[in-house]
Amino acid sequence: MKSGSAFIFMKDITKVFGTVTATNSMSFEVEKGEIHALLGENGAGKSTLMNMLSGIYIPDSGHILIDGKEVNFSSPRDSIKAGVGMIHQHFKLVDILTGLENIMLGQKYGLFINKKLLNIQIRKIMDKYHLEIDMSKYVYDMSVGEKQTLEILKTLYRGAKILILDEPTAVLTPQETVNLFRIMIRMKEQGCAVIFISHKMNEVMEISDRVTVLRKGQTIGTLKKSETNPQELIEKMVGRPIDLSIKRIERITDNVVLKVKNLRADNEEGIEVLKGLNFDLCSGEILGVAGIAGSGQKELCEALAGLYPVKEGKIEFKGEDLIGRSPKEYITRGISMSFIPEDRLGMGLVASMDMVDNILLKQYHYNKGFLVNRKPAGLKAKEIIKKLDIQTPGVNYPIKNLSGGNIQKVLLGRELDVSPELLITAYPVRGLDINTSLKIYEILNEEKKKGVAILYIAEDLDSLLALSDRIMVISNGEITGIVKAENARKDQIGLMMLGKKEDEYAV
Amino acid sequence: MQFRVIKKGEISQKKYTLITLTAIFSALVTSGLFLALLGLNPLEVYLAMVKGAFGTTYRLEQTIVKSIPLVVTSLGIAIAFKMKFWNIGAEGQIMMGAFGASYFALQYPDMSRPLLLVIMMVAAFVGGAIWGLIPAFFKAKWATNETIVTLMMNYVALKWITYLQYGPWKDPNALGFPKIANFTENAILPKIFGVHIGWIIALILVVLIHVFLKHSKKGFEISVLGESYNTARYAGINISKTILIAMLLSGGICGLVGMLQVAGVSKTLSVEISGGVGYTAIITTWLAALKAPWIVIVSFLFAALIQGSSFIQTAFGISAASALLLEAMILFFVLGSEFFTRYRVVLEYKLPFKKKEES
Repeated sequence: MKSGSAFIFMKDITKVFGTVTATNSMSFEVEKGEIHALLGENGAGKSTLMNMLSGIYIPDSGHILIDGKEVNFSSPRDSIKAGVGMIHQHFKLVDILTGLENIMLGQKYGLFINKKLLNIQIRKIMDKYHLEIDMSKYVYDMSVGEKQTLEILKTLYRGAKILILDEPTAVLTPQETVNLFRIMIRMKEQGCAVIFISHKMNEVMEISDRVTVLRKGQTIGTLKKSETNPQELIEKMVGRPIDLSIKRIERITDNVVLKVKNLRADNEEGIEVLKGLNFDLCSGEILGVAGIAGSGQKELCEALAGLYPVKEGKIEFKGEDLIGRSPKEYITRGISMSFIPEDRLGMGLVASMDMVDNILLKQYHYNKGFLVNRKPAGLKAKEIIKKLDIQTPGVNYPIKNLSGGNIQKVLLGRELDVSPELLITAYPVRGLDINTSLKIYEILNEEKKKGVAILYIAEDLDSLLALSDRIMVISNGEITGIVKAENARKDQIGLMMLGKKEDEYAV
Repeated sequence: MQFRVIKKGEISQKKYTLITLTAIFSALVTSGLFLALLGLNPLEVYLAMVKGAFGTTYRLEQTIVKSIPLVVTSLGIAIAFKMKFWNIGAEGQIMMGAFGASYFALQYPDMSRPLLLVIMMVAAFVGGAIWGLIPAFFKAKWATNETIVTLMMNYVALKWITYLQYGPWKDPNALGFPKIANFTENAILPKIFGVHIGWIIALILVVLIHVFLKHSKKGFEISVLGESYNTARYAGINISKTILIAMLLSGGICGLVGMLQVAGVSKTLSVEISGGVGYTAIITTWLAALKAPWIVIVSFLFAALIQGSSFIQTAFGISAASALLLEAMILFFVLGSEFFTRYRVVLEYKLPFKKKEES
């Protein structure tokens, strides 16, 4: 093959941030009419590489050729002109506008807009790619899947022939994922180049034609899907063989630690977000919680941790009702519950502070007098670094400069240090690579062995099925079913996530 | 050929100092051009500025007198800023502090000196604290924007002092001139080494505030709340209480400045009492990165700049506006140099890609 003849051709791309080399002389080629998966651990350089292709970053050195012509993007506007469209993990849509208005945004028109013509143009694209979406609907009324479809449509309307999808399935239900894959295949058939970034091996194997593996800022290689297997890809990605299986440990006791009765809560606008939840949690059990993002998971966790106002109901922890207690009372009364929030740096940790101060957060209430004593926290920090194998230059290093996995370990280490009897953990492996995720699962299983009751909220059904004893599915603030993980099926849980009630409660 | 801006990693202290010194040097060169345009020798003017600020004992004393309110106000502001509570109401808090102190100075002119001075300090602290607590209460209760509320409170305070000066507190012996009566000797701060004892109070406060912010429980809570509201909630910090306590201290300390100024410098109350210190201190606090020891150094240099530029006005007959221009120029370059501590600019020329045939 002639070098540089591919549709997208990136060669010797280097990008340095401060002292970190994000991509080191990377090369990447994509052909027309293929779905090309980009695989790599966190920090491998996937996002950086794609951000350079979409004009968000400018490479320090190297060349980008599209359709044989060299391009120098200095802004996303340039890349859109060249036919590159990127769908980010966080959608760039305006909530209070309709689908149509979102598409019109930022486009150059004359003084008046010919809505009729615009509608016809959009209709054409929708027919061509088999997209189905109500353009007059407001974005705030749309489901995550609809929003994503709108993003894709917006990008196509702007003339994209190259579509980059950054972990698009992370927020979707299994059914929505199927739909997305249908759209991707349709785009491929129409001659577009689709670049698909994902952590999920099974999806990569299902949808892609070729896979490029990145590791630590370097291109390891491009493989045809038909000529490889997940084990090989993971070895290339991590750099060594790895055991992927997650073990489920049988639960030992039937001691109910947490009893939630008819829990109801309203959000700030007065809309009910928790609609009478009832469930039990035993010691030594992992209760998985599945649900579409925003179904009430966050509110449930925060209500249990005393951070969300509860309207009605009971939260009984070892027989004591926790409703109305503040987080400070939890700490000072010795209620042994730990909460690992989903937004690690937004809640739970202070990004700009070092490990000592972050550990101090849970300890300083016990300090007598006016001053704080940082010594015990410092010792604890060193202990946690050793125990969880945290990579950091030192205990006095701001934690925001650590990698996501290490930040999560700091949080986990601090929370497990108090030997909780109940552990609430929301999306503990979000954004972490396979290696670190497995380590976190292992830690959770160890805690379970010790008899800790664990409420495990996650978006990845595979890990939920493998790790939990029971899975509680919530949809729109209601429990649609609690099923035994051993005999649960993915499609069944998917339907329950969408609101279909499960009649046989296998408790 | 294209320009690019690249973010730097952490930079060393040495490099940081070098960049700041380069900025000051560039400011002097640019200002020098301006001075040359006015027909003056820039070197002479700069030398005179240094002499004006440090040349004689009297001038040095004046520089210290000017740095005292800057130091103390910066300390007050630093507490609020640590919490990311943008208190730009120091100006008003100083005035209300001055009002509190003046009330006792004018009402009880014959009280024993130490007692009266202590009462004046307490009153000043309370006056400033109330002015700080009002926006804090609104913020804690209804999440109002503190920037706007603290700013507006400045004007309320200013008009209140104006009213007193032109109305009920006008000195009948001033022949109709709108001024408030001078304090008696009992209400005036004694001097040590030629400067009123405000400098000792300022240094004590520097140590206290440094310990408070770095090593106290409340200081820790203030920092956590400043960095992340949700983490503060998560850690069981009482948010409203923390906001109120921080602003009570912030406003109170700024209020104390009012007392130091009326009892140490002007010996009476007037609308010019704060002289813009409340705003200037925002800059010094920020340049000192909210660190108490640095506040002393930055405030002192800033006071020297002010003192030096007021000296060259008389020495060279430069207009006040031109002297201000010099001040502004130095400030502009130093603040602007912050950009270069975080980013570097790259100018590059790229060779086009050449296709090569491979077998």
